[in-house]
Amino acid sequence: MRRDKYSAKQSRNPLFAPRANRAGSVPRVQRAVKQSRDRKRAGKGGNEATMEWRNRAATVRERAKAATKRRTDEATKGRVAHRFSGGGLESRANAAGPSHGPTPRPSPPARSRVGCFLIATAAVLIAGHSAGAQVAVRGKTVHTMAGPAIENGVVLIRDGKIAAVGTAAQVQIPADFQVLDAAVVTPGLIDAHSTVGFSGILNIPHDQDQLEHSAPIQPELRAVDAFNAREKLLEWVRGFGVTTVHTGHAPGELVSGQTLIAKTAGETVDRAVIVPSATVAATLGPAAQKSEKGKSPGTRGKMMAMLRAEFIKAQEYLRKQENPDVEKRPERNLSLEALGKVLKRELPLMVTANQAQDIDSALRLAKEFEFKLILDSATESYLLIDEIKASGVPVIVHPTMTRAYGELRNLSFETAAKLRHAGIPIALQSGYEDYVPKTRVVLFEAAIAAGNGLTFDEALATITLDAARILGIDARLGSLEVGKDADLALYDGDPFEYTSHCLGVVINGQVFNQPPR
Amino acid sequence: MIIAPPRLKPAGHTATLLLCLAGAAAPAPQAAVAQQTPLAIVGARIVPIRGVELERGTLIVAGGKIVTVGAADAVTVPPDAQRVDAAGKVIMPGLICTHNHVGGIGGADSTAPLQPDVRIYDSLNVLDAGYRRVVAGGLTTVNIMPGSGHLLSGQTVYLKMRKGNTIEDRFIRDREGRVMGGIKMANGTNSIREAPFPGTRAKSAALVRERYIKALEYRDKTARAAGDPEKMPPRDIGLEAMVQALAGTRIVHHHTHRHDDILTVLRLAKEFNFRVVLHHVSEGWKVADEIARAGVPCSVILVDSPGGKLEARDMAFENAGILEKAGVKVAFHTDDWITDSRLFFRMAALGVRGGMSREGALKALTVHGAEMLDLGDRIGTLEPGKDADFIVLSGDPLSVYSKVLETWVEGEKVFDRDDPEDHLHAVGGFGAGNEQVPYFCCFDEASKQ
Repeated sequence: MRRDKYSAKQSRNPLFAPRANRAGSVPRVQRAVKQSRDRKRAGKGGNEATMEWRNRAATVRERAKAATKRRTDEATKGRVAHRFSGGGLESRANAAGPSHGPTPRPSPPARSRVGCFLIATAAVLIAGHSAGAQVAVRGKTVHTMAGPAIENGVVLIRDGKIAAVGTAAQVQIPADFQVLDAAVVTPGLIDAHSTVGFSGILNIPHDQDQLEHSAPIQPELRAVDAFNAREKLLEWVRGFGVTTVHTGHAPGELVSGQTLIAKTAGETVDRAVIVPSATVAATLGPAAQKSEKGKSPGTRGKMMAMLRAEFIKAQEYLRKQENPDVEKRPERNLSLEALGKVLKRELPLMVTANQAQDIDSALRLAKEFEFKLILDSATESYLLIDEIKASGVPVIVHPTMTRAYGELRNLSFETAAKLRHAGIPIALQSGYEDYVPKTRVVLFEAAIAAGNGLTFDEALATITLDAARILGIDARLGSLEVGKDADLALYDGDPFEYTSHCLGVVINGQVFNQPPR
Repeated sequence: MIIAPPRLKPAGHTATLLLCLAGAAAPAPQAAVAQQTPLAIVGARIVPIRGVELERGTLIVAGGKIVTVGAADAVTVPPDAQRVDAAGKVIMPGLICTHNHVGGIGGADSTAPLQPDVRIYDSLNVLDAGYRRVVAGGLTTVNIMPGSGHLLSGQTVYLKMRKGNTIEDRFIRDREGRVMGGIKMANGTNSIREAPFPGTRAKSAALVRERYIKALEYRDKTARAAGDPEKMPPRDIGLEAMVQALAGTRIVHHHTHRHDDILTVLRLAKEFNFRVVLHHVSEGWKVADEIARAGVPCSVILVDSPGGKLEARDMAFENAGILEKAGVKVAFHTDDWITDSRLFFRMAALGVRGGMSREGALKALTVHGAEMLDLGDRIGTLEPGKDADFIVLSGDPLSVYSKVLETWVEGEKVFDRDDPEDHLHAVGGFGAGNEQVPYFCCFDEASKQ
């Protein structure tokens, strides 16, 4: 009778079972609800009608359970890859596997709102199996980011990589390919700065690894040692099209640790991570300030003095390491090693700074020590457009919808547009949240920027190709081009519109189907 | 305050606008504005919320009230009216936020879990920049609430976003002239803390029960005294507010997330027969039918991800739609600063994304909120006789690309996107955050939502 008999896993998505699973034009729950409504209109009791809905839902659940069991049985026989525990009962693996026999095409009604993404054949494979997946993605509009959008486009995927991109007339889909359909196809979204995988959904000490407060400068903290590849929020952001996240230690300490770049697929850190060490994350301004008496840094001046001292130590460390006499080389110091990589320009220093003077300080420090700087958040960067442009430093702009308080009180929805139109390389981010919502979704942040001065293409670039460039991963990600990773996001309409849905993603050629979200 | 000319281009003769001369500070502003020139806005798509949408409509307002709403070709504009052309734009009622914390709220303090004597309006700064964002988002009425770190954190206040320098300028008064507001209550983890606060959910309910019983006794004793001062109980302004809740003249606005906490609220409301609106209701989708059966309305919040607190782990975009389908009256709220008042439309649109009807989502921003504040007869729809609270949009209300161009309260324009200062608050920028205090000045983090 009660919905709380749902399993914990299912309960996260109240419409988990029936919405996407049917070939009919109306998802099953909606049909059930409609019928229930009709019955109510016909004078039948509300409870009875609701009961019917529940019974139907229960039936669907039972069937789903049976299907899962079938798949499990088959998987144990080695015939079908196991089901990724994604967004509900989203997919029904083709028991024969995607490469056996011709792929059934969707019936026309299935291609309405819910059915755009080909459900019937959307086999879900674990990463290890995806190498064999041959998939074709068809979009009424395909935004490749490598040129103008393609109408009636096709992206062909072989062995996890993009094998062909073009119009339906140009690209023939081999008969044995799994076919996915969507109104709009984009590259898999890249969140240029997040803390998902570190700051978990529960927000209790058990799942919060984004900040270590024991010392203000700890560049030796490696992100791979704390990344939870099975964190629920990774699955959540993937549900909106995010396939790659730059994530790790959060703003909040002078040097809070390293960051990494991971795909939102892969159930272990090794499978998910593509760049184990991406940046060293630093913070300037009130967020890094210690309010307790006797603790440093207590002021902005002290922050910069401490950073300078540490970089000078790292310079010395590097110099002494060059000593031809091994005995005279310094003992290994992982902290200075990490900062040494910054000095050698092997790793960028990503500095979170919001107020104008803090942004200016970051530029000054980068000039002084000649490291690669990425400005992060940069709320008041619109006041320093000339200076930032002259420095050549890219900016990962704060989440457009982040809260306008404290050092972010003067934030503008138009900052991304102002910087972009001045020629400064920018990306957008979901940022770090310490409360509700526990993570933002970078798609939504770009949407607000698109509503506030960025063109559609510019806004999409902030979460695809431009983000990839700033992160140095554009050789394999960020656009739909032959040879790049087969990471795609599928939508039933303009991805930025509030009422559109993400239908699923492809990551490394692996299909993640889901109820429209 | 700025008295700007109307942004919409006059299409006919230009009469001098006296809209801003309305006596907004008067307790009964509707009487004071009666002399103003009628304003006729012609050609916009009108979404009246109640009644059919008009592709090309005319809205006529005068004296702070709506006079006429109709198809442009069916309505005669009076000759003395200021006529403005709004073709291509969308007009709908001003938005109503049933749960908002703008203005530097400071409600109950850390000394007790129930403090019904505390009135939130004693703490508000009407000049707070947050209120500029409120009107930039198209909100014309807000329920300003104390935080949720208490079982009962004080009396809320319903504000009309009139221009003004004092909180009194924004009060809404009932027929008896009483300042309208509700009572803020909470259960679940926010109000569980060290003594004298409860340590468990059952203790939370026990403390609430005990206080309502006191209120019942206070009410009965007062009634028995029949005006005899010798027999009257010592005056207790906290219990007075709770007696109003028991009498149904003050609505209880109840923060609650988990499905069992929701049911506890329903149980207590039934036991003491107070009128209640459930707020947040993150797990409402699990007990939608129980809520529907109780006939209790829900003011829902949707945020960008579940989690952040254990109770919000099962928050879902589908919540509003499931409640709607179960027959529950649903409104949305910003909970500003949890979500920004400028993005209120977005929440309704996310509700639609999660399965809610478009019609229901628009009601959830307007008339349903009005009804949850006992203001359904005055605001929330564009109907003759109601307050002239409306907004002008550049496009469809549920599109990310649409902008609030103007916000009008009782026939006075309180936000104009073309005004540079208003624009600063609408999009942000240097100086936008100067006049504001953090909204949660309360005694700890747990009272955030």
